[in-house]
Amino acid sequence: MSGARIVMLAAAAVTLIAAAKPYALPNEPDIALPFAGEDADLVRANCSGCHSLDYITTQPRGKGVQFWRDSVTKMVNVYGAPVAKTDAERIAVALGNAR
Amino acid sequence: MRHIGRRLFLAEAGTALLAAPAMARTVSLPFANGERPLVRYQQKRPMIRLTSRPPQLETPFNVFREGAITPNDAFFVRYHLSDLPLAVDGSTHRLVIGGHVDKPLSLSLERLKRDFPVQEVVAVNQCSGNSRGFIDPRVGGGQLGNGAMGNARWRGVPLKALLDAAGVRAGARQVTFNGLDNPPIDSIPDFVKALDIDHARDGEVLVAWGMNGEDLPFLNGYPLRLVVPGHYGTYWIKHLSEIMVVDADYGGYWMKTAYRIPDNDCACVPPGGKPDKTRPIGRLNVRSFVTSHVDGERVRAGRAVTLGGIAFNGGSGIAGVAVSTDGGANWRQADLGEDLGGYSFRQWRVSLSLPRGKHVVQVRATGRDGEVQPMEPRWQPAGYMRNVVETLTLSAA
Repeated sequence: MSGARIVMLAAAAVTLIAAAKPYALPNEPDIALPFAGEDADLVRANCSGCHSLDYITTQPRGKGVQFWRDSVTKMVNVYGAPVAKTDAERIAVALGNAR
Repeated sequence: MRHIGRRLFLAEAGTALLAAPAMARTVSLPFANGERPLVRYQQKRPMIRLTSRPPQLETPFNVFREGAITPNDAFFVRYHLSDLPLAVDGSTHRLVIGGHVDKPLSLSLERLKRDFPVQEVVAVNQCSGNSRGFIDPRVGGGQLGNGAMGNARWRGVPLKALLDAAGVRAGARQVTFNGLDNPPIDSIPDFVKALDIDHARDGEVLVAWGMNGEDLPFLNGYPLRLVVPGHYGTYWIKHLSEIMVVDADYGGYWMKTAYRIPDNDCACVPPGGKPDKTRPIGRLNVRSFVTSHVDGERVRAGRAVTLGGIAFNGGSGIAGVAVSTDGGANWRQADLGEDLGGYSFRQWRVSLSLPRGKHVVQVRATGRDGEVQPMEPRWQPAGYMRNVVETLTLSAA
């Protein structure tokens, strides 16, 4: 096999490898919640399994507890999020009262 | 009424932040809680990040100054489900066409490109919730500025040709579309959308692999996506892998429950209200934007100022764009740029001379179908379809 041919084959192999290389997403950032402590732990434990927490922190502020109750209820009833009833209510209250 | 412009502060957090390029800059979208990081993803220039898992990236608005076509590396990104097909391989990918057909197909990219007619269309893809952050009263959902839209030249095969090859059987009602992205848990409904059979066979809907002369970027659906000209982005399924013809109206969550709009003429309800009846979201309404200037910009008083921007609608094309500097009492017709087809952004420009002082500039587009942008915003519970006349203030000095 000629040198030029080897180079061409090697180039083709590199192209194939490049094509099959998975797309790499950047690392997920740490998202600061507007409160700390047990409530924050509860939000992290229950919500971040399915989505990053910027889904929560970019929502409009000051929408109140019912807004968050509706949202958490949708996660549980529509999307089947495994959140205990007491945890769901506590999360809604914490997010609804956050400033 | 409160006018909110498209002011987009590029708030440089500092000049010596090269050590932390990923988070070096933030953007403040001009609504409350609108601070966003500018983040670089593979195949993308720095984009305004709404969420990271799944990724939702908004186009920085100054990109729309670059022309009628939105560059691939600046095109917005929106996913619903976080299990992305990161390892998808274009050389082994298959598109399956089945269901209520005579001859189910499984097509490689190579066969798609070789065995079917190739067609191109320049078309706007706009997220249903583009501009949701400006909705007043605010509603839940992705809090986007105006950058969840883009215009590209798409290249692919007409869906009609694929359906004809598969042989749609009598009694077909709808066609469903699924991509390789999956939910993180099985209880979340897979993201599947449907079009009526006549729409699917209109010859304009494409199964596209090309975007502005290149392969689709991964985050815009590589290797194949559905292109539904004139319709909101929710139908433009990415990483398209499965097309099923069905003999009933598809009842999946993302059609039956999500992406619904008030079923009335204005697709609106009084702010805070609830619609009696809903229908699936459909065609884009008419919109226009100033791209040459930002809200609050200073211009020279008494000199000619050229204002320019873009306009688009759901396919009839733009009949005219007009600019007012007196609150809508008088309108000046703008000159329209090259016509790239009824589904494309249409550029416009108009020359003004503004006396010293502050001027409220409004831009209003009219479609060839007669639809005019409203002067007052319309409201719907999900915050879709915002298309109020845009307003910005210029200071002439």
